[in-house]
Amino acid sequence: MKLDNTLPMEYRSEENSNRILGFWLFLGAEIVLFSTLFAVYLTLWTRTGSGPDAKEIFEIGPVLIETFLLLTSSFTCGLAVHSMRLGLKKPSMVFFGITLLLGLGFLGVEIMEFVTYVNEGATLQTSAFLSSLFVLLGTHGLHVLMGLLWGGGLMLQIRREGYTLETSNKSFIFSLYWHFLDVVWIFIFSFVYLKGLM
Amino acid sequence: MKWDEFFVTGEPMIYGAMASIVLASLAIVVGLTYFKKWGYLWREWLTTVDHKKIGIMYIIAALLMLFRGGMDGLLMRAQLAIPENGLLDAQHYNEIFTTHGLIMILFMAMPFVIGLMNVVIPLQIGARDVAFPRLNAVSFWLFFAGAMLLNISFVIGGSPDAGWTAYFPLASIELSPTVGNNYYSIALQIAGIGTLLTSVNFLVTILKMRAPGMKLMRMPMFTWSVLITNVIILFAFPVLTVSLALMMFDRMFGAQFFTMANGGMDMLWANLFWVWGHPEVYIVILPAFGIYSEIISTFSRKNLYGYKSMVYSMVIISLLSFLVWAHHFYTMGHGVTVNGFFSISTMAIAVPTGVKIFNWLFTLRKGKIEFTTPMLYSLAFIPIFTIGGVTGVMLAMASADYQYHNTMFLVAHFHYVLIPGTVFAVLAGFYYWFPKLFGFRLNDKQGKRAFWLIAVSFNVTFLPLFFLGLKGMTRRTFTYSAETGFGPLNMLASIGAVGLALGFVYLVYNIYWSFRYAPRDTTGDPWDARTLEWSTPSPVPEYNFALIPKVDGLDPFWNSKKTGQPLTEGEYEEIHMPNNSGQPFILGMIFMAFGFCMVFSWWVPSIVFGIGIVIMLAVRSFERDHGRHISVKEIKETEQRLRGEQS
Repeated sequence: MKLDNTLPMEYRSEENSNRILGFWLFLGAEIVLFSTLFAVYLTLWTRTGSGPDAKEIFEIGPVLIETFLLLTSSFTCGLAVHSMRLGLKKPSMVFFGITLLLGLGFLGVEIMEFVTYVNEGATLQTSAFLSSLFVLLGTHGLHVLMGLLWGGGLMLQIRREGYTLETSNKSFIFSLYWHFLDVVWIFIFSFVYLKGLM
Repeated sequence: MKWDEFFVTGEPMIYGAMASIVLASLAIVVGLTYFKKWGYLWREWLTTVDHKKIGIMYIIAALLMLFRGGMDGLLMRAQLAIPENGLLDAQHYNEIFTTHGLIMILFMAMPFVIGLMNVVIPLQIGARDVAFPRLNAVSFWLFFAGAMLLNISFVIGGSPDAGWTAYFPLASIELSPTVGNNYYSIALQIAGIGTLLTSVNFLVTILKMRAPGMKLMRMPMFTWSVLITNVIILFAFPVLTVSLALMMFDRMFGAQFFTMANGGMDMLWANLFWVWGHPEVYIVILPAFGIYSEIISTFSRKNLYGYKSMVYSMVIISLLSFLVWAHHFYTMGHGVTVNGFFSISTMAIAVPTGVKIFNWLFTLRKGKIEFTTPMLYSLAFIPIFTIGGVTGVMLAMASADYQYHNTMFLVAHFHYVLIPGTVFAVLAGFYYWFPKLFGFRLNDKQGKRAFWLIAVSFNVTFLPLFFLGLKGMTRRTFTYSAETGFGPLNMLASIGAVGLALGFVYLVYNIYWSFRYAPRDTTGDPWDARTLEWSTPSPVPEYNFALIPKVDGLDPFWNSKKTGQPLTEGEYEEIHMPNNSGQPFILGMIFMAFGFCMVFSWWVPSIVFGIGIVIMLAVRSFERDHGRHISVKEIKETEQRLRGEQS
């Protein structure tokens, strides 16, 4: 196998750099996916039928907690990759662990928020606005859930093998994914919650 | 759900279909057991990660689907042949035109194109496989799962019946209460994920794995067309993913996206569908342009005229393809400005397309033209496609479209675009690259007979539909009265359809005959062609190139033949290849089971299979498979065996 040792480990083999490019392309598709969901939401968000509108159900408190948790997790994820590049296995694992815990916290708050909505009578079936809200947030939440499972599996592999060509590549790609979820959340925060509360 | 609703009952043709499905499955099982081929099937095909074999499986599936979709077409033509025909009832007719469209576009044209892409692209760019061979197998088996799900709907539960466009509110649970449109949302979703993964795979392959010296502007035109097509797939298919998911939420979970009350917006579906649907047209047409470019250049013995303008025109087409979607529903009441914008953007597409047509004509000019079967398809394409294109510009005029909309004129138009555009192209490509895969050419004389039968019958079938449309016959009506005067032209079209069917049957005979009797090709280059794939021996060894060729211009193989400069130099080295795996097949089967349970809203089994999918992903993640190496000795032996006559 040809290795270019001037590159960080996650890029070093041809397969590794192919995988990273492939994942960037996949993220391009994900951007289109979320853009479509945003377009649907922004088309429907005033169409509340007989149900509540955005102002009536949104609460800034839980949303700020979610934002804080997810943004911090993105930061710790960056620290994890940084430590990985310095060859520090243990700190990197710790930072990945914190990342996943913060993600879990985010998911918990989001589920509680959903439960609150449903208890207030705002369900997927109530109106077009709520359908599009639940599906947009739910798709993001599902991505976070997949990220938690993926990251968890990855940590087991790193613990067993250390940072090899394969695990460093996987960790880096996981970090791309995790940062992407953060970016999507920033758009949700601005165009769903802030816009809805204004 | 009651069991008598589970199977579709009460229709003799359906019982016939059930019987034939059972008999065909039995025949396959018995045949495999009798000839002891189960192990062969598993080792060589179901678990393969070789791009050439995956391509062959795509093409076989596409040919089967061509006949399934063709049967639908024949049934429609049989029903419409005479006024007041009672062969099919309205519901059955609705299901048939819906599945005809879905199958022909998504399960015939797409896999045929992707199949050729799989077979040709790595060979054309001098690579040993695609970037992610395992993912490639996953793509195939997801496509396969989706195709099987849609086909089984015919006998279990009922097929989708709201048109291949599935407009709301018609496709809603209130107006289409059978599970038919659940099949639509789930089967297309699964196949669509496969297609998206294919696009990522081929983009990386083309961008990163070209032979040394092959700059972007030295790529063969088919590779260019596939690169651009995959960019379109990458940006169009996620829109389909979302649309189908919203449809699923509306139909199965009571969401209000496209409903008529509670704020829902039915037109949102039409917009989302065509934001994917129009680029989809170019996804199946651009590779066809690439195939024609290769074939016309090869059989004119000239390099392609206007290479750069070919590339730029495809790039422009790909951008415009995202800006024309609303021309599919001018009549649905978005104002003058919107219609005007989409009218102009649609007509603009004719410009780059026209550039391409002239480039092909100039490639032919003063060429030493050889009339082989693939060349005949390519030559027939140019005038027939132009008729399709010009009627497309007629339809693009929003105000005139109020006359044409939803008539047989439109049906004739898109068949005039898609059949010479895509079907002729994939057939031409099939004849052209067949010897590369199997080591012999399909009999040319029979191929030409099939071509003439198909090309003439095509025009007999679809030309009358233009006139029927102008006379006011609407599409998707299951019968008409004799007073309308539509009878004779419809009869003519139906006669043409029989001719088309005979043409395709003859084509299958052509394949069968050639497998048995055609002389073997030992050169690897039976057409005296230009691009790298023809520098390999036929059939191609699993590692494609024993030595990776060096490229210093367009048409490298042609130049090497003319100048005598060898394409490769150096000594053989060990070649690293990926191992076969059963996981993609198993994953596809789990997806199929998952999809089937979802269609019938069987939640508990759906969740179980859903967990199964996650487990399969985890298994793959924890697996450590570093592939295997082919030794220098083995390469030498293989090359000597395959190139025996030359050395």
